[in-house]
Amino acid sequence: MDEILEILEKDCRITPEEIAKMLKRKLPDVKAAIKKYERDGAILKYKAVINKDLVRGEDSSVRALIEVSIVPQKDVGFDKLAERIYSFPEVSSCYLISGTFDLLVIIEGKSIQTVSSFVAEKLSCLENVRRTTTHFLLKKYKEDGVILKQKEENKRIAISY
Amino acid sequence: MVKISKVVDQMQPSGIRAFFDLVLGMKEVISLGVGEPDFVTPWQIREAGIYSLEQGFTSYTSNKGLYKLRLGLQKYLKSKYGLEYSPDDEMLITVGVSEGIDLALRTICNPGDKIIIPVPSYVSYGPVTELAGGVPVYIDTTKDNCKLTPEKLEKAIDKKTKGIILNYPTNPTGVSYRRKELEELSKIMLKNNLLCLSDEVYGDLTYDFQHVPFPTLPKTKASTLYFNGFSKAFAMTGWRVGFVCGPKDIIAGMTKIHQYTIMCVSITSQMAASEALASGEKSVQEMKREYRRRREFVVTELNNMGLPCRNPEGAFYAFPSIKNTGLSSMQFSQLLLKEEKVAVVPGTAFGASAEGYIRISYASSMDNLKEAMQRMRNFLVRRNGKNKKR
Repeated sequence: MDEILEILEKDCRITPEEIAKMLKRKLPDVKAAIKKYERDGAILKYKAVINKDLVRGEDSSVRALIEVSIVPQKDVGFDKLAERIYSFPEVSSCYLISGTFDLLVIIEGKSIQTVSSFVAEKLSCLENVRRTTTHFLLKKYKEDGVILKQKEENKRIAISY
Repeated sequence: MVKISKVVDQMQPSGIRAFFDLVLGMKEVISLGVGEPDFVTPWQIREAGIYSLEQGFTSYTSNKGLYKLRLGLQKYLKSKYGLEYSPDDEMLITVGVSEGIDLALRTICNPGDKIIIPVPSYVSYGPVTELAGGVPVYIDTTKDNCKLTPEKLEKAIDKKTKGIILNYPTNPTGVSYRRKELEELSKIMLKNNLLCLSDEVYGDLTYDFQHVPFPTLPKTKASTLYFNGFSKAFAMTGWRVGFVCGPKDIIAGMTKIHQYTIMCVSITSQMAASEALASGEKSVQEMKREYRRRREFVVTELNNMGLPCRNPEGAFYAFPSIKNTGLSSMQFSQLLLKEEKVAVVPGTAFGASAEGYIRISYASSMDNLKEAMQRMRNFLVRRNGKNKKR
């Protein structure tokens, strides 16, 4: 992977100027490369990773992983039905996987009730959805490579040879 | 009252201890003064240490070090650098490179033997040489871009010269040498029958070219002690594991002192180090890439703000000149600490000839480095304003 992407994936607030210095490249080249990644969709968006446990408010949410077994359709396989499912705004992620079920769907909702009613009233009743199993998330430890903990204090001594 | 020995009494205490205490006593300082990685040891290495404790590995090991670790080192050095040392009698596991250097000097020095030390250098070389009864002979490299030149080396050698401590990449300057430069130096050492104590603990952190271990140069193996350790590349400073490879008779001599003074390195640390060899390379390369980017950033920033800084080839230090501020290294460091809460190490900590330089460690997060560079810029702008008014 291009080092520009590696740097931005770790911290997207780093400016093109800083990247140019870090990689000893010309600023216009770095800017052009980033533009191209954005245009091609390699960079989809820039966002902050938020530890929601530390954000109190009304928008606290519940997450559930739902295993969905579906009947594949002629010519389109799983894709058509997957699209019908992932288009719901409640669905934050959707993956086709191998194993005992077909789609792993991650749902976010305000409460257990909202999530269960989504599953009962929308997901399960779709044609060709055979079965669903819902797992509610109890605690998040690590997400997308980030350990969800408050910042640790510095353990190094402040000055040494 | 019992008096301490003359040698220890005459040992120079570090002149900047007071400055260090000042830094340690201050809160919210951004420190670029740290001589160790900011990464913690990669998890699989820490886990191996924990597992070894769970399994009850709490005993002594062989004086020379765990055989498993020495075997691992043999393979590692062979595949990485083409270096061949026998784990049986050409290798010793030490408490960091520091212990290794101490053992070596005590093993080779007769009273009055001279040891050449290019400066600026790491702080321990001189005092440890004196403790071993040797006489340090310092070669100032600041006028030669902080590199030891063959001419100056040749000039410094006389009949009493026994060896040289060469450290590359160098703490504090980040300087390293290419093969050709090392060959030139090695020819002079060979001609004069010198032992080279080659401290290559930063060897894996060389950015612009392949690191060349000294004993891989033609005919040098029999007259080189190769020192390396896990502290820097694997981010394992606190585990205290280093090693030394070299000629049998010297290693045997060093092992004697080691067995009477240290016995062996902590078994937990040796177990973890063994895991580092087996699975740590990927982490080393990731950290190295990160350091390289920070180096480019910091060196560019320093030069832009008017502190001339040569491009350091390795380690994680930049060594800019602060001469055009008109301040001494110590004044610069104290004022910067007081006014901007950024800690750096005055060059003079590494030898009087490094007056006019400061050491900046870029083993710190990009966020810290960005903020620190901005503060240094503010500091310099303010000082320039003051100077103009006068």
